[in-house]
Amino acid sequence: MTPGLEHYLVVSLLLFALGLLGVIIRRNLLVIYMSLEMMLNAANLALVAFSRFNNNLNGQVMVFFIITVAAAEVAVGLALIVALYRQRQSAHVEDLATMKL
Amino acid sequence: MEAVFFYLFAAATLLCGFLVIANPFSRNPVTSAMFLVLTIVSLAGLFVLLHAFFLAAVQVLVYAGAVMVLFLFVIMLLDLQAEERRSFKKLALAGGGLAVVVIALLAHAAVRESPLGTAAPPMVEGSPRALGKLLFTEYLLPFEILSVLLLVAMVGVILLSRKEAK
Repeated sequence: MTPGLEHYLVVSLLLFALGLLGVIIRRNLLVIYMSLEMMLNAANLALVAFSRFNNNLNGQVMVFFIITVAAAEVAVGLALIVALYRQRQSAHVEDLATMKL
Repeated sequence: MEAVFFYLFAAATLLCGFLVIANPFSRNPVTSAMFLVLTIVSLAGLFVLLHAFFLAAVQVLVYAGAVMVLFLFVIMLLDLQAEERRSFKKLALAGGGLAVVVIALLAHAAVRESPLGTAAPPMVEGSPRALGKLLFTEYLLPFEILSVLLLVAMVGVILLSRKEAK
């Protein structure tokens, strides 16, 4: 039996849930960021699966765009983290609870 | 045969994904980054199973290559030793578990409401030729906007990481 759409959707859902769990329980900014990437990847998997099983390439183009935006987002986000670390000497969310630097 | 590879890659993806967020042996961000690379490579395997060959290659090149190098570079730049000693908060663990359960219930309800059905066997192939054709005709405007976005991100990063020069 070949795996169908629902198999891929279940994997995507579980990966998204893992990413969400990581964002909530981890306290290190960088690991939170990696969990965010994992959630984006879960969405990508769902889009590719939908694209495959609907005979429609639009989903894959969307994944292409998501990967590009995610790369830009990672670059800006990591630059922000480095700037924050220079100010506060910490990348731990509990040390970054105030808005004023 | 396809089913075997599907379960192999799916299990690898989920296992490595779990080890990214909660590795019982190490709280080191470098370990998390390495397992994220493994997660992404197994996802590329799933993409190949879905006949999205070009996206699988892009996934490995961009994510496992460029993005993770960026992550590792920043991890090395910041000296992150202190938070290894801190443990999980009970409240955060409970809240996280609750959020995951709620998401799972929502998705289950959504899938039950709209049955997926059994369509004709899929024919679509994610070859570079087909994808490029779509990208440069129907999606030309988003493509150009994306290039501007990358430029904006580049300028922004240079501005952010510049030392304050008085």
